[in-house]
Amino acid sequence: MRLEVDIAGKTFKSAAGGQHDVLAGINFALGAGEVGVFVGPSGCGKSTMLRIIAGLDPDYQGRVSRPAGARIGMVFQEPRLLPWRSVEENVRLAAPRADEAKLSALFAILELNAHRSHFPGELSLGLARRVALARAFAVEPDFLILDEPLASLDDALAARLRDQIAVLVDSRTVTTLLVTHNTDDAVRLGDRVFLLSPRPARFLADLSIRTSRSARGEAEIAAIKADIARRTNGDLTERDAS
Amino acid sequence: MPNLLSFALFVATWWIASLLTGEAKLPAPPAVLTVVIAEARSGALFFNLGVTLARVALAFTLAMTLGAAIGYLMGRVRLANRLGDPWLILLLNLPALVVIVLAYIWAGLTEVAAIAAIAVNKLPTAVVTLREGARALDAALDEMAAVFAVPRWRTFRHVILPQLAPYIAAAARSGLSLVWKIVLVAELLGRPNGVGFEIGVAFHLFDIPLLLAYSLSFAAVVLVIETLLVQPFEARVSRWRPRAA
Repeated sequence: MRLEVDIAGKTFKSAAGGQHDVLAGINFALGAGEVGVFVGPSGCGKSTMLRIIAGLDPDYQGRVSRPAGARIGMVFQEPRLLPWRSVEENVRLAAPRADEAKLSALFAILELNAHRSHFPGELSLGLARRVALARAFAVEPDFLILDEPLASLDDALAARLRDQIAVLVDSRTVTTLLVTHNTDDAVRLGDRVFLLSPRPARFLADLSIRTSRSARGEAEIAAIKADIARRTNGDLTERDAS
Repeated sequence: MPNLLSFALFVATWWIASLLTGEAKLPAPPAVLTVVIAEARSGALFFNLGVTLARVALAFTLAMTLGAAIGYLMGRVRLANRLGDPWLILLLNLPALVVIVLAYIWAGLTEVAAIAAIAVNKLPTAVVTLREGARALDAALDEMAAVFAVPRWRTFRHVILPQLAPYIAAAARSGLSLVWKIVLVAELLGRPNGVGFEIGVAFHLFDIPLLLAYSLSFAAVVLVIETLLVQPFEARVSRWRPRAA
């Protein structure tokens, strides 16, 4: 499933009546199964871009084309679970046709089996994030949209969850968009890395990483990170709360 | 246990007050109990309570269904709110007596007029409460349901309705107490049976034991319905909250 995005511009009207340009020129295409990672400073308009691509915001200039009937799985910045439904019910609401075997396998990868009947209010943020991931994968999406799924988690937990995402993304052909402001996550997960400027966001660079995710060595990762740092003049920070 | 103590205190206060004011103005508990038993034996008590309860049930259901639908619409659609708001303010501030009297004049002393009048009195409070509920709906969850293409009915049932449940419970609670009060007035003014009618008869005959017998039986029924129906419902819809209010 191929995704073509051409967003010429997006403006917000603020409550005071002023106009703010959020996106200036976002133009890319992702082939089936490719993982595109978008890296940019906080507040540059990444989430707005994802909302437009997901079809949640029709008010923009440009065009987004994805095949009709394509299934979308999305992980929002906050987990957005229904607090009045259990973990399993939350997943099943989005994926009513998921069979028990597939759900069990998914819960096993994300280490959620012990929490199936818990309510979201009883979960830590890290667990709630994983439930949101499980929900997005349970629908067997053609497009997977991840909006900073690792933000405000401690480094060890973020690294584990990142590896789980990598396993899931490689387990089937799913065109993935991932937004982050952490270059480490970007380089370890992406097939292509798009660097975004501060607001209004436009592309600074479009890097392709040819080595497969599992084969990337630490030296190669460090080299790509250095390249990104050079291109963005150190605008991007390490992981922090956002 | 505290409930029982509270009930005993009520009976004791009543008894002492009756001794102080005299049997003529305030009969003692046994005198009233005798009348309750006599009315129960003849079947009149259950018949009248039943008739009143049926009116309450009909008017309440009608007002809650319509009020919830209108309130939801007004909370979600700005134009509906603009159109409905003046009517809402008018209905909210219209005295119950005016509605009941006008209903009896226009539709005759009929069952339909009585139930419609009671429902119209309760309707605006249900609308206001549900409108607040619809305004407070979480847009983030709506987006979640939209991205995952959850069908409309499932979204309503699993995403919208649980958010409205506390508002529905609040509207039911306040609405029920309003309907309890108004139904008796409607019966007093234009129905040939029911608790309100019997209280009217007792008033004309100055039959205070009969008046108290019906009032207290009615109050007992209200209490039973509150504890057996309304409170369990509230507890059920808020069971997911870590600590229920």
